[in-house]
Amino acid sequence: MSKMKKSPWIMHYDGASCNGCDIEVLACLTPLYDVERFGVINTGNPKHADILLITGGINTQCESVVKQIYSQMAEPKVVVAVGICACNGGVFKDCYNIKGGVDTTIPVDVYVPGCAARPESIIDGVVKAVDILEEKYENMKKKGGKAH
Amino acid sequence: MIMSKRSVIPFGPQHPVLPEPIHLDLVLEDEKIIEAIPSIGYVHRRLEKLIDKRDFKDYLYVIERLCGICSFMHGMGYCEAVERVFDTEIPDRAKYLRMIWCEMSRIHSHLLWLGLLADAFGFDALFMQCWRMREKVLDMFEASTGGRVIFSVNTIGGVRKDMSKDMLKGFVNEFNSMEKEIRRLTDVFLHDYSVETRLRGLGILTKEDALRFGAVGPMMRASSIAQDTRKTGYLAYNDIDFDIITSDECDGYARCFVRINEIFQSINIIRQAVEKIPDGQISVPIKGNPDGEAFVRLEQPRGEAIYYVKGNGTKFLDRVRVRTPTFTNLTSLINILPGSELADVGLQILTIDPCVSCTER
Ligand code: SF4
Repeated sequence: MSKMKKSPWIMHYDGASCNGCDIEVLACLTPLYDVERFGVINTGNPKHADILLITGGINTQCESVVKQIYSQMAEPKVVVAVGICACNGGVFKDCYNIKGGVDTTIPVDVYVPGCAARPESIIDGVVKAVDILEEKYENMKKKGGKAH
Repeated sequence: MIMSKRSVIPFGPQHPVLPEPIHLDLVLEDEKIIEAIPSIGYVHRRLEKLIDKRDFKDYLYVIERLCGICSFMHGMGYCEAVERVFDTEIPDRAKYLRMIWCEMSRIHSHLLWLGLLADAFGFDALFMQCWRMREKVLDMFEASTGGRVIFSVNTIGGVRKDMSKDMLKGFVNEFNSMEKEIRRLTDVFLHDYSVETRLRGLGILTKEDALRFGAVGPMMRASSIAQDTRKTGYLAYNDIDFDIITSDECDGYARCFVRINEIFQSINIIRQAVEKIPDGQISVPIKGNPDGEAFVRLEQPRGEAIYYVKGNGTKFLDRVRVRTPTFTNLTSLINILPGSELADVGLQILTIDPCVSCTER
């Protein structure tokens, strides 16, 4: 990465995770890893967010919540699946209440593996997401401001 | 007189102060809460049922993922229960090692909670400082187990990794220097004027109510009930001298006070354990398949947890059951919310230190 082109605002939602990855996402924000130095800000409002970080798989109860958050976010938007549960269900794959990874419900752009995903790899995922965000933005401009 | 207006406000599952999804329907009369109706299931995975598909040794890796904060204790609780079915005693060194890791878990969990609390009342610098201290504990975990969150260091019959003398001594030195820094931080929680005004009188749970609703852990101890499962003497807690921290103020401030002092107790326990740890093996081999049932109680950062296992002589267990501390504390939460103001709800929820993922499994 040469330089960040944008200061992305991220939003974090905990799907059906063990919260191991959640605390690692939070750890990214705190002094040791400090993603704010890249201009990354954590927000609680989906309308403000560019990047959605989701940890954990999708279950029947949280499915609609995830869909709702995703649809509330403004275009262009990027989804990062954090942790192996979010990628494909992970250890909980065989549980009856788990549908699978986040991509069973909404489109995912970046997959961050690991159980728990390490803060370094989460930051790497966010950096990749910023590139994708930029790309999507360029495409949008070409199409005259439309996302699709 | 103007009639007060009734409204229902949904709180969660996605909310800035909540690290984990839980949903409450708050019935308000103007700004005052008169009822809180929880709905849960956002993190439900049905982890216990997975025992049908994983044999009892593999299941250890599943049960660790019950919750990322107490992952060590969940793994340990399950191992202790299975060991009890096998009727094996683990080596003394393993007991001490488990105890050290348990107390490290408690320290990092309480620091995490203090940080979240600071974040909830809008003291960001304090949040950052608490988490900075917590990273030091995680570094120690990483040095001794290889993981930051999920350790997989337990095994049925003991532990998988040993700690050298130098490492243990290094940890004690680190904790000694951390202790001073933590003291400086926690003084802000306990003596800062603005923090005190937010916490004093928040969510009062009387002693009678704590008993009636079956509160556990710091929540119960903050309501002046001196009870701690560690005093039953599992692992090597009988050889260690430590106090049960209680407070009789019964409010949010008391819960903060109890958790803060538990951090120092835990550091003290680790110091004593490092001094007393015997040499020897760290695990004993286990042969055959579990047959019979057993249950184990242990004190997690959030309170007492119960693990139950039932084997049938094959490598697949019949049943695994966990009762987690947050589950019992939720009843207290629902009962302390009425009467408080909407703006305090986030803070109130935090004072019970909820861990949703282990509650819903
Ligand atoms: S990937 Fe592992 S640590 Fe992360 S939420 Fe899933 S089980 Fe927990």
